Amino acid sequence: MVSAVSFQKVSRHFGSVKAVDAVDLDIEPGEFFAMLGPSGSGKTTCLRLIAGFEQPTSGAISIFGERAEGVPPYRRNVNTVFQDYALFPHLNVLDNVAYGLMVKGIGRAERLKAAEDTLALVRLPGYGSRMPGQLSGGQRQRVALARALVNRPKVLLLDEPLGALDLKLRENMQEELKLLQKSLGVTFIFVTHDQGEALSMADRVAVFNDGHIMQIGTPHDIYQRPASRFVADFVGSSNVLPPEFVKLHSGQMRWASLRPEAIRVKREQDANGIPADVVALNYLGASTRIALDVNGLRLHAMIPAGQPLPEQGERVTISFNREQIHLMDGEA
Amino acid sequence: MRSDRNSSAPIALKIAAAAGLLFLHIPLLLIFVYAFTTEEKSYQWPPPGLTAKWFAVTWNRPDVWEALALSLKVAAISTLIAIILGTLCAAAVSRSKFFGRETISLLVILPIALPGIITGISLRSAFSLMNIPFSTWTIVLGHATFCIVVVYNNAVARFRRTSGSMIEASYDLGADGFQTFRHIVLPNIGTALLAGGMLAFALSFDEVIVTTFTAGQQQTLPIWMLEELVRPRQRPVTNVVAMVVVLVTLLPILAAYYLTRDGDQTAGSGK
Repeated sequence: MVSAVSFQKVSRHFGSVKAVDAVDLDIEPGEFFAMLGPSGSGKTTCLRLIAGFEQPTSGAISIFGERAEGVPPYRRNVNTVFQDYALFPHLNVLDNVAYGLMVKGIGRAERLKAAEDTLALVRLPGYGSRMPGQLSGGQRQRVALARALVNRPKVLLLDEPLGALDLKLRENMQEELKLLQKSLGVTFIFVTHDQGEALSMADRVAVFNDGHIMQIGTPHDIYQRPASRFVADFVGSSNVLPPEFVKLHSGQMRWASLRPEAIRVKREQDANGIPADVVALNYLGASTRIALDVNGLRLHAMIPAGQPLPEQGERVTISFNREQIHLMDGEA
Repeated sequence: MRSDRNSSAPIALKIAAAAGLLFLHIPLLLIFVYAFTTEEKSYQWPPPGLTAKWFAVTWNRPDVWEALALSLKVAAISTLIAIILGTLCAAAVSRSKFFGRETISLLVILPIALPGIITGISLRSAFSLMNIPFSTWTIVLGHATFCIVVVYNNAVARFRRTSGSMIEASYDLGADGFQTFRHIVLPNIGTALLAGGMLAFALSFDEVIVTTFTAGQQQTLPIWMLEELVRPRQRPVTNVVAMVVVLVTLLPILAAYYLTRDGDQTAGSGK
């Protein structure tokens, strides 16, 4: 099967800055793919390389089997939802959505009909005659989505599309985007710095750092089996265990990760456990996060609501199953 | 600051404001009145008699037509050059970063800050150094230096308000460079260019100082008027010309005012 998007040793350097450095990547057709990473990690540059706004310094990019280097953005069957939406302020909503069809020379009646249909798809029917300035942030986001989808792209790129929305709206849009993607079957590539968003929406996630991909995998893989300290730390705040600690508890001199919810905290002293001091308690609603100090090593544990909580400064005993310690392949 | 819209200004302030406006505009009316006077050698008040014959006299003076034609030609060409170069320069400065960008920005604006006499002298000596004879084009060149600034300033302000991703969005949706310019860039900067162009045209049309250094023996309308005032013969002809110029320029200025007012509202609401 041909990949929707394929990177082979793709680099994009700006002078001495290696924004993207020798990245290999294969995105399957129909996949919801997330590029996750802190700002400046190269994820947005990767998206712009696919859109055609950037050209690779070296390496090969293919979109559905066709080489994309040197092909301008307007000759790619790829559309983008921009972070700031980039709606055209002088056109009404319907003309904004129909723009892609207009520049392709499709007749007025036909393109406005298609634009109406697409507006209904993003649940904004009847908004066509409004100007972008009259819409709320969430509505503009939907218009931007409709404007990209009306061209029936093979790949839809989304650049932090939910970043400017408030929490409630963001959660609704996450579900809607996911449903839309499944019903259209279009490949979605989604850039975000929010690991919760990436994990909840994507079929697969690529974690970026410093122009490299640190790990590619399903959200479950990334969350449960981070390959490196960076991934463990960036995705869902796993505890990173140094080799000395791991050797003591599982026998191998290797870096490892341990999920906070895998740590059990007991208030009484127990010779089988590890003594720890409670440094801080953070109430999160469904659970409470406890910061612990184990001989100078800082660990976090999650205690579900309803279970007895220790007090700050109290000495407790922690324990965990040895199988829960995940050795990281990405660390020597 | 009081923000009460119903509160009325004190009567003294109203009188002062009215007096100020009258001071500005009564001389204009005087010019109109003198266009009808029967006294042709000096400006005598009150006019000894009223006549409309100066309109016919003006109509039949070929030097008026020549000066007017030259002024219109120079203003039109200078404005066209300013719109093209000013817009391109504004696009470069506001849409990309390159070495020397701030310097270029400053150099473009400089001609309007420089006294016209400096621009005039330097252009004249440059022309004579390069053995360029005076022609319509030397006047156009002189006028373009400050016309570009006006268009550039208008365009730069508009480009700064236009998000760069809008142009990328247009490419992304399948529009090539020309289509993007036609459908996205032009509608967004059009009113700014119109306003800048009108202003550039007006500046060029009544320019005297730079023109005296770059015109040689040619006469643009303002230079013709200046010369005419010195001669004590058929003086009201100058007033007739002035009156026609005021009336004719008022229309496009009003049009530009209404056009840009609406345009600004549309562009502003898109933010």
